Formats: sequence, structure tokens, C-alpha cells
Amino acid sequence: MKTVLVGMGTCGLSAGAQSVFAKLRALAQAQPAVSEVKLTGCIGMCFREPLVEVRENGTRTFYGEVDEARAAEIFERHVRGGQAIDEYVVLRQENGRLAGAELEFMATQQRIVLRNCGTIDPESLAEYEATGGYRALRQALGEMAPAEIIEVIKASGLRGRGGAGFPTGLKWSFAAQNAGDEKYVVCNADEGDPGAFMDRSVLEGDPHAVLEGMIICARAIGATHGYIYCRAEYPLALKRLAIALEAARRAGYLGKNILGSGHDFDIKIKQGAGAFVCGEETALFASIEGERGMPRIRPPFPAEKGLWKKPTNNNNVETYANVPWILVNGAAAFRQYGTEKSPGTKVFALAGKVRRGGLAEVPLGMSINDLVYKIGGGIKAGRKFKAVQMGGPSGGCIPAEQGDTPVDYENIPKTGAIMGSGGMVVLDDSQCMVEIARFFLDFTQKESCGKCTFCRIGTLRMLEVLERITRGEGRAEDIEHLSRLAVQIKEASLCGLGQTAPNPVQTTIRYYRSEYETHIKDRTCPAHFCEALVDFHIDPEKCVGCTLCAKNCPVGAIQGEPKRVHVIDIAVCVKCSKCISSCNYGAVYKN
Amino acid sequence: MAHESESFAYRLWRYDGAPGELIPLLQSAQDHFGYIPRRAIKYIAEVTNIPESSVYGVITFYSQFRLQPMGKYVIRLCAGTACHVSGSKLLIDTAQDELGIEVGDTTTDGLFTLFTVACLGCCSLAPVMMIDDETHGSLTPAAVRKLLRAYRRREPSRGVPEPAAASSP
Repeated sequence: MKTVLVGMGTCGLSAGAQSVFAKLRALAQAQPAVSEVKLTGCIGMCFREPLVEVRENGTRTFYGEVDEARAAEIFERHVRGGQAIDEYVVLRQENGRLAGAELEFMATQQRIVLRNCGTIDPESLAEYEATGGYRALRQALGEMAPAEIIEVIKASGLRGRGGAGFPTGLKWSFAAQNAGDEKYVVCNADEGDPGAFMDRSVLEGDPHAVLEGMIICARAIGATHGYIYCRAEYPLALKRLAIALEAARRAGYLGKNILGSGHDFDIKIKQGAGAFVCGEETALFASIEGERGMPRIRPPFPAEKGLWKKPTNNNNVETYANVPWILVNGAAAFRQYGTEKSPGTKVFALAGKVRRGGLAEVPLGMSINDLVYKIGGGIKAGRKFKAVQMGGPSGGCIPAEQGDTPVDYENIPKTGAIMGSGGMVVLDDSQCMVEIARFFLDFTQKESCGKCTFCRIGTLRMLEVLERITRGEGRAEDIEHLSRLAVQIKEASLCGLGQTAPNPVQTTIRYYRSEYETHIKDRTCPAHFCEALVDFHIDPEKCVGCTLCAKNCPVGAIQGEPKRVHVIDIAVCVKCSKCISSCNYGAVYKN
Repeated sequence: MAHESESFAYRLWRYDGAPGELIPLLQSAQDHFGYIPRRAIKYIAEVTNIPESSVYGVITFYSQFRLQPMGKYVIRLCAGTACHVSGSKLLIDTAQDELGIEVGDTTTDGLFTLFTVACLGCCSLAPVMMIDDETHGSLTPAAVRKLLRAYRRREPSRGVPEPAAASSP
């Protein structure tokens, strides 16, 4: 009996996995004795979606780019016929050994948080339990005192995976110590960093792991109510969480007197409403309380006065997902991975210009180069590795020259960036570093809640300067002005948004000062990215003379006969990009 | 996108003073009406005893809430980091051109509302766009035009001629 699993995370679905799933289900229904078809979460190899796994007796064969036709072929030749179709196979796992075209992507990974993602059906509690799920909870409720649970988490060295890296065990101990008739456990599932999708994948692929972690935390600190604050842009995650909560309640893992322990705890889902700042914990609490998401001053810290001024423990999705594994396997097992100060693993969302973009969980301390080249497969389309953007808008750009930097909580901050929540966007030599700073300021400016003057107005001023520079209107004093503003905004902002918004600017000035200078003095963009500073051209090799660009040009800047190469008059061109967006042959380029 | 099956009216009726219900109520109203009309603000204020001005303040803080009706299809073009470096700006220009509107507006036939969003979390498929709850990735300008026209073709009764950009040869 074979099992066929279809990767149905948001990535898979948007690549077309739904119709593949329906097709395979229909085929399997006609032959019930041969196989069963199930859905699973993110398998991680997003660059080969839609992914389908055929599993039999411990051998796992992964197929990539599966459409309905290929699915039918796989069903016929492999599932019924028993013969794998090698040319479609992207990865094979047999008796614990990996093989296949994308072996390198998986070979150095260590999947603790992602242990079940892509392996089980996230909508099935039974499958979660079959792989050891809720064993940690039974252990925690049955044999361990709350203080013992906290000791194990402390001993493991687990640090907050949301970005700050604060020692989790220590954080739990604060909430445990503070007296309170009502305490709260909050899960930050807002994941607002552009370029980050680790939490989304965990919530879609293994929601019970997060719930179990939260329930254990509730026991450890003495909380009776919990909230998962999940952003509204993740409808599938919200759906799977709701299914998981229902199942957990029916099984007695949530509610009154959990597993006969006398401990009550239940969790509510709170949907975000589209504010990045609500990823900041005090703004998150304000949002749950029904207010505008404006951060609050600390101290008092959430462990003392958090949600509704009660002792609250707030942790990221990934942090909670680590907890059940640590309890079952022990703190020492967790410390086998990673480094002394940064033990364990971290999930990274590798995206941008790498050949293999997807979800990778690796031991902390792996170098940037290893992530980009070994796992990411290097830069696509034959271009050069320029920099990696880590930590979202709070992070910074680390140049390729620093590629041997180990990725952990100690070494990355030395470069001026932060590791952040795990988003890693790889940039190639076609990216303008001044423009990426502008991009991030544009984002943080819009998302600034407005409470603090320096953040509210300062980010706007920084953005204005960067926009002028990328338009070719830079002034000699701009770099100094930006650097001064950066320091002021950092010092005068209440929360992490303002305190880190200048990071992209500071790191790009530190490492790419010459690009700023070229924009300002020469009014050119070395990477040919900034539209105002490049000219539009038509590649005569690619142009077929379809006349679409000329027809759509609002200022009549393009000349050409039908079926003959067209030419753009750059003196007339207003750089509106209509020609690029009309061309079906990729013949228009910027230089 | 609320996953509660209870209607807005029911939620208002059964409101029992529990704290933290304002945003879920607003989300429920928007699910029901497609936006938050004036009278919904009034109902919520009456039931919760939160002043209308405070309710309005919460609505205008969060980008999810709309005070104007939206189009039948809500397009969200991702402008996150991975999508940005993969050319999302060009797709935004394309969508604006194809629909004849700017970001934030609704087409005159009421079919489409166009937004950009900071990040949809599908970075490996950059550049990405969502139309309602469906995500579309690995887009090109041609693919965006094709998708929007396909949605438009579902609505023969609207009968509005296709906008400025000439069709493919």
C-alpha cells in the first residue's frame, strides 16, 4: 500500500497543487487497495512546486513540477506499476539516506521545528500523535512540576526565534514568578517581515506543534488563557489553526482539567488587521485589546504587566514549535546542534536570486555562504552574489565578501545587521543597494504607528532623501544627513520598529558608500536598477516587430515597422515601463 | 476572511461585554458588507459602548479595513522584498495600466480593487499576487494581463470594453 502526499502549503497551492490533489484523489478512489492520497504541509523545496511524494515502506520519493498530466503518469507508472520515474524525481530518501537532483538542498538540514512539515497531514490530529505528538504535554502535566519544565527550557539554551533571541527559559521564569489570578500565553504569528514565511509554513504544516508548545508554557507559568495573533494575510494558516484547535479540544488537550491534571487552558485565535507594527509585542497586546496597535513603554515588561495588564508570556511560532521536541528529547540533545551561545536550529526562508528558494532548517552557526551555495544552489541566471538581506526591515544587508560569517545571534550583529526572524533575501549584482534602502524605508515609513516624533517624521525625511538620490537629485551632504538622522531615530524611538528602521540605511552606507556617491555625484545607478537613472532599450535579437510596445507608448517614443526591430528614442522616453510590461518577448531592457 | 460562521448581526446580538471584541466585530462587519459602512460603526458603538470616534480611529489605523465598498475581486500585489527584487514594480505598473486605475482604487465597473501588500509570505514564487483568497506566483507582465482578463471574462454582463492596452497579437 503506497501513500501519495501532495504538498498543500500556500506555495504549493499557488503553483497549482489543488488540481493535482483532486486528480490524484480521483485516480486513487478508483483503485482503493493500491494507495491513499493525502495532503501535507510545506515540504520545503518551494522552487520545485507542486511537489508530490510517493511513500512506501520507509522509502520516500519526491516528484517536482507535478501538473495533472504528470500526476496521472506518476500514478500509473509508479503507484500502480511500482516503477519510479527518475526524470521527474527531485529527491529520494531511502533508509535514512538521501539521493536525487536536489540532495544538496536537504543534506545539511536538521529538521526539528519542521519535523512534521511535509510529512504528516496537518489537518489530522491522529497523524500528529502517531509521530509522538502530545507526548511532551503528557510528560509535562504528568511527571513534571512547572518549575522543572522551565529548567529544561533554560538548560536547552533555546532563544526567542522571533528575532530578539532572548533566552526563552528565562522569559518563562519571569512570568511564572509574577503573581496573578490570570496569566496569558500569547503566540506572535504576525510574521510581517517581507521575505519571511517560516511561521506561515509551520502553522500550515504542523499547527499542533505550536499548540502543544503553548499548552506546555501555560502549565509552566500558570496561565489559563492563550491567544494566537495571526496575520489576516495567511488565510490557510488561520484555517488550519482553527481545525487543530477544534481537534485538540475534542481530545482533551485544551479546555478544563487537561488530561486530568486539574489545569485549565484554552486558546483563541485573533486575526491581525494589516499592521506590521503589531508584530511588536506591546502593539500586539494593544491590538488584541481592540485598540490601535501602538506600542507601550517597557518597563513594566509583559511578564509583569502584559495583555490587559496581566502577566503574559509572548513568544514566536517557531519558539513554541521547538518546545515539545526539547521536552521529549532533552536539553542536551538540543544543544548537540548549533553553537554554545546559540544552540539548536533555525528555520530560514531563503528567497530572492538563489536557484533553490524555499524553507531550510539548519543548525545555528552555519555560514552565509553555505546557506547561499550549498542549500540555495548559488545565484540563478548566471549572475553574481552581491549581498544577503537578513532580518527584514529591521535587519541589514551583508555583502558577499562577508559570506563566511556564521549565522547566529553573536556573529551577525557584528556585521551591523541582525539575524531576525529568518527571512534571507539573496541579492545579485542587478540590485541597487541605495534602492533597497529606499525600499525598506518606504515600508517602515508606511508602517510607523506615528506615536514617536522621530520615527514618524524621521523615517519620512530619510525616505525623501533616498527618493531624491534614486531620482538623480542627490546632494553632497545627503550621506552625512542620513547617518545623523539614523542615530537620532534610533535613540528617540520607543519600539523596535523605529529603533531598527535605520538599519538598512546604515548597513548600505557602511558597505556600499561608493554606490551612494555614484548616484549623487555622477547621477547614475551602477546596477542599472533605478528607473530614473537608466535608459530603456530594445534588444534587436529578441524583438520580433509585433508593434505592441509602440502602440502602448503614451508619448510615441518607439518607432518601427511591423515584423521589423523597433527602436526607442530615449530623448522622448518618459520611462513609464509600459513597453516592458507589454512585450511578450522580453525584448525591452534597462541600461 | 474571518473563520467564524456567525453572521455580523448575530455577533452584535450576542456581544456580552467581553474585552477585545472590537477588531473581530469590525472584521465580521467587513466580511458581511464588503467594507465598513457608516451604520456598522454606529451599531458597533451602540452595542459595545465604545465611542464612534474611537471605533473610527481603530478602523483607520489598520490597513485591512475599508470605509468604501470594494470591487468584486480584490487584487493584492505583493511588494515584499523578494517580490521587489524580482520585478514587482513592473507588475504593479502593468496592473494599473491593464485596469486603468491606480493602486487603492476600484474600477468603474466595480469589478476590481487594486492594492499592494507588504508581503504575502510566498517568497519562493516571487513575484506574487493574490486575487481574493487565490495566490498566483512566478508572474510576468503578460501573465498578469492574462489573469485579469480571464477574471473579466467571467463577467459578461458587465460589458465594459477592455481598457487602453492593446491586446496580444
